[in-house]
Amino acid sequence: MLDRILDSDIWYSFRQSKVTMTAAVVTVLLMASAVLAPLISLQNPFDPASLDLLDAFLPPIWQDEGVWTYPLGSDDQGRDMYSAILYGSRVSLLVGFASVVFAMILGVGLGLISGYVGGAVDAVIMRVADVQISFPSILIALLIDGVMRGIVPKDQHDQLAVYVLVVAIGLSQWVQFARTVRGSTMVERNKEYVQAARVIGVPPFLIMLRHVLPNVTGPVLVIATIGLAVAILTEATLSFLGVGVPPTEPSLGTLIRIGNDFLFSGEWWIVIFPGFTLAALVLAVNLLGDWLRDALNPKLR
Amino acid sequence: MIALVIRRVFQSFVVMLVVALLAFTLFRYVGDPVAMMVGQETSLEERAQLRETLGLNDPVPLQFANFVWNTVQGKLGISYQIGRPVADLISERLPATLELSLIAALYSLIVGIPMGIYTALHPSRFLSKVFLTTSLIGISLPTFLIGILLILLFGVHLGWLPTFGRGEVTDLGWWTTGLLSTTGWQSVLMPAFTLGMFQLTLIMRLVRSEMLEVLRTDYIKFARARGLANRAVNFGHALKNTLVPVITITGLQVGSIIAFAIITETVFQWPGMGLLFLQAIQFVDIPIMAAYLVLIALFFVIINLVVDILYHVVDPRLRIEAQNAHG
Repeated sequence: MLDRILDSDIWYSFRQSKVTMTAAVVTVLLMASAVLAPLISLQNPFDPASLDLLDAFLPPIWQDEGVWTYPLGSDDQGRDMYSAILYGSRVSLLVGFASVVFAMILGVGLGLISGYVGGAVDAVIMRVADVQISFPSILIALLIDGVMRGIVPKDQHDQLAVYVLVVAIGLSQWVQFARTVRGSTMVERNKEYVQAARVIGVPPFLIMLRHVLPNVTGPVLVIATIGLAVAILTEATLSFLGVGVPPTEPSLGTLIRIGNDFLFSGEWWIVIFPGFTLAALVLAVNLLGDWLRDALNPKLR
Repeated sequence: MIALVIRRVFQSFVVMLVVALLAFTLFRYVGDPVAMMVGQETSLEERAQLRETLGLNDPVPLQFANFVWNTVQGKLGISYQIGRPVADLISERLPATLELSLIAALYSLIVGIPMGIYTALHPSRFLSKVFLTTSLIGISLPTFLIGILLILLFGVHLGWLPTFGRGEVTDLGWWTTGLLSTTGWQSVLMPAFTLGMFQLTLIMRLVRSEMLEVLRTDYIKFARARGLANRAVNFGHALKNTLVPVITITGLQVGSIIAFAIITETVFQWPGMGLLFLQAIQFVDIPIMAAYLVLIALFFVIINLVVDILYHVVDPRLRIEAQNAHG
């Protein structure tokens, strides 16, 4: 297995590009530190009992008043920025992954049906997609989030906020998946193996799932990678705007929002460190997505 | 050509009707409009009466027809939170957003197109690499972070530019503008830069890739073979054909500039529609949300329509195709 990977074209093109390797290292590092957050952080920033208001607004260690227990300084509630960033990337990545998976299941499913069934079903699904894609995803996510706020009772809202976010971001992203999968499904549908399956009486549902689906997944991987960067960015933006995750469990976007309030009083570290982490994460995932798109594109080989 | 315009207008009309239906559903079924408008001490009879005057007891299709008719007339209901007509609120905020969006769009075009041309003509020069790296960072940095960094540098650290609001605003009766005062111009610099940054990188990359493609074609080689000056080939022959897709994308991006203004307006506390919409979401102020939805959709539909028609005017090939299809 390992030999096959090391021998493949994709591994070769990966080794050829220093930028891609750096991006991969950064992505893996940030993801690993998010997963391992409880082990490598200095405090649990989600637990109010572990916070001490007396430790609020401490600068990073290389400044005069910095202390070793708060290497990147602390925010207004005495949260250690280093730990908050670790836990924050955890929330950001979790919401990002969940939204992409949601968008992928919805988009691939609808794309398969649209491309395989065709006719009126296809027309309806694709018109909805056409209208939706002409609106920016951030606007759609904001609207869905706003509607959910109206439907969900106020006292439950904070608990459900993460799910609302995943649905809102996922719904704003399904179109890319659906369009691509529909296109390749329409090509696969007329191939002999699908016709053969149809002739021996395999039900359409199973044909789509077992025969067509495995042959249309290549581009889906590329869209999902770039979609992850967009989803993380959308989550951060919504949280920054104050309609994302609740401030008790801050994501990177929420941390930047908190830091934004202290911009003028000189506590720059509350906003800069989470901002830098977010930018690095999105940039790295974007670069990986770009590389994957070129590496999997047979035209460029 | 006329058939195309009619068909596209009809399509836009259908899209607007669907958006209106969405907005109506929002208004009618998300929360109870009566409960949102009255206080705790309102009696049941008064509630029932309000329900009757609002027409909430009518058949639903009739309610929808009324909703559409009112919206067309500009009666957008009354804000739950602020208690003023939504139409007034929006017309107060609209100039700020449009002014900001327009300046951002112009800036991204005026800077983006030359940058794209330069990087395409001189791909290996140092400055090109600087442009390309900057554009990559520009795409990956979230809008709000760019805004915050600008505030930190020019507002807090250097203290050169104001960090919030529109500065001194001149009232022209039906329009308010910040562009007639120095503070107004100072205030618009950072928000417009922030808002235009993403579009700028997009336009630059688009112009670059289109230009590179055009420069490879035979007619460019032929023009060079004829001994035309570089300048004539690059700008007279190549650039002209590059600009067709640029027009489309730029047109479509104007819509997203208005949408992304929500973020920029929040960072710089710019008193525009985006800020209004965001506050409406936080307080579940459905009439404002519904009105904003309809208004933005209208913007998008009109822009799409204009771009589509413009496309046919600019690109002669499409006209011939259309003629062949019908003849």
